[in-house]
Amino acid sequence: MDAKPLTPPASSAPSAPLSPLQEFWSGFCANRGALAALMVFALLALAALLAPWVAPHDPVQQFRSHMLQAPVWGDGGSSQFLLGTDELGRDMLSRLLHGGRISLGIGLASVLMSLLPGVILGLLAAFYQSTLSPAIMRVMDVMLALPGLLLAICVITVLGPGLVNTVIAIAIGALPGYTRLTRAAALAEIGRDYVTASRVAGAGTLRLMFSAVLPNCMAPLIVNATLSFSSAILETAGLGFLGLGVQAPTAEWGTMLSSARDYMERAPWVVTLPGLTILVSVLAVNLMGDGLRDALDPKLKKVS
Amino acid sequence: MFGFLLRKLATLLPTLVGVTIVAFGLIRLVPGDPIEVMMGERGMDEATHAEMAHRLGLDQPLYQQYLAYVGNLLHGDLGQSLVSHLPVVDEFKALFPATVELAFMALLLAVSLGLTLGMLAALKRGSVLDQGVMGTATIGYSMPVFWWGLILIMFFSVQLGWTPISGRISVEYEVDRVTGFMLIDSLLSGERGAFASSVLHLLLPGLVLGTSTMAVVARMTRSSMLEVLREDYIRTARAKGLSPRRIVVVHALRNALIPVLTVIGMQTGSLLAGAVLTETIFSWPGIGKWLIDSIARRDYPVVQAGILISALTFIGVNLIVDLLYGVVNPRIRSQH
Repeated sequence: MDAKPLTPPASSAPSAPLSPLQEFWSGFCANRGALAALMVFALLALAALLAPWVAPHDPVQQFRSHMLQAPVWGDGGSSQFLLGTDELGRDMLSRLLHGGRISLGIGLASVLMSLLPGVILGLLAAFYQSTLSPAIMRVMDVMLALPGLLLAICVITVLGPGLVNTVIAIAIGALPGYTRLTRAAALAEIGRDYVTASRVAGAGTLRLMFSAVLPNCMAPLIVNATLSFSSAILETAGLGFLGLGVQAPTAEWGTMLSSARDYMERAPWVVTLPGLTILVSVLAVNLMGDGLRDALDPKLKKVS
Repeated sequence: MFGFLLRKLATLLPTLVGVTIVAFGLIRLVPGDPIEVMMGERGMDEATHAEMAHRLGLDQPLYQQYLAYVGNLLHGDLGQSLVSHLPVVDEFKALFPATVELAFMALLLAVSLGLTLGMLAALKRGSVLDQGVMGTATIGYSMPVFWWGLILIMFFSVQLGWTPISGRISVEYEVDRVTGFMLIDSLLSGERGAFASSVLHLLLPGLVLGTSTMAVVARMTRSSMLEVLREDYIRTARAKGLSPRRIVVVHALRNALIPVLTVIGMQTGSLLAGAVLTETIFSWPGIGKWLIDSIARRDYPVVQAGILISALTFIGVNLIVDLLYGVVNPRIRSQH
């Protein structure tokens, strides 16, 4: 047997157990794809955040003498418009940067707006299994009967198109997923000894819910939040493409695509660039989600 | 098996009721006067307004309106389109086969290619092929459907001229409508080249719609296959001296299919949602395009029916998958 464990604690500092955060981080870094995705995503988020300062032009300003100008590497391109211009002579780069604010912003807002009520409903369903649970879960079943985008279309039909309504529509579509997930995770925890101990020690239901059970349900919730963030980006763009999302002239990736499709033969960049941006952001978030899942919850690793 | 089916149906009943309530409520939640919304007219005089309210049953209590709505549904009455003034059911019957055909092609491509690629990746684990397939699958899974469609059109239809841009069959063929399914009707027409033309028209939309499902099926097949290959009965089969091909196809694949089947069922949702986008891009005359066009035209009875039909299709397909699940794995039947 090795003598090392017998040495006094002072010298064993390097082999001290990792904190959960360190453990998670080293697990995440082990996945090189996820790490690269994190960097790409950070870059995209930064670009979106700083768009008003780094964008070379106003995203809605029309340069009438430069309509459908090619990107700088193409025929007739100039450094004034690095990624070219669209059919109204608006700078593509500036529109893509500002579009990032909309797409990532809607993604973030809709994740928060579905995460919070979803977690609360899920916890309520787990703690009041005989009273609230059937009602909540039946409503969620109905919502699940309509796939995300269709449910969003349903909501848009009633509320009308627009930025805020897009957030609401996508959040409603993601709600049942969080509710089900939280309920399942909480049910698995409720039977554990530490919850019983906490209850015996006199903790109230609210305290049990949020301070005992919820922290132990976070892993699947974080993974789900990442994945629903990527589908929110796709849905926002999809709704924009169908003309049901963010309305012109606001720069949004999906809306840009739908107005550009008539020009795709003459000016392919008006279609390829917004699409590539959507693909890269969704891909980055999905890869990050895979990395998070592997690092947070090794049990889930074998699934998919 | 029959008892299993009955139990499944019983658990679905609340969901079915809920879906009809959503569809019923939708048209009443749209901003504006419900009668004007339903008749698609504005500024009616008092007398017509009252008469319409009576004719549509809107002067009755809400629960009676709902019961009347469900009663009509059960008789196959989905209301009347505000634009074409045709019964919604007739429009639906004309368009539904196109969507089914599209979804069929998408599933066919997704399952055949996804299963093959996932299986190869699992058998050659860690190889370049495996990494390539998994990388492509991750990209396919993140692909925005509408953009993918435009890119494929740009490449295959515009640049190469291999596939048509839109429609279900070339105009040179006059195919009589028998079943509504172009693949079948073109075969029945007996015209040379008609069937090939309809397949060619279906290829690109099917590929676009099937891409994300293909990616999910490939990923699931790989992980499920890897798990099954570790099982004892595979070792036994190997020890018995069975050929590798027989082990994979007969012993491993069959057991690996169970989770794959569930995933295919869950993908129906994204197929339905994807159909809305795919049909819009390819001007495919199906349910999805019908729904989107109707929203633009404020043809609310059609929107209501479209939403209801999508939900029912989703529920129905998942029921079928559950039943198939019971067939593939008899243990499931007794568990539930």
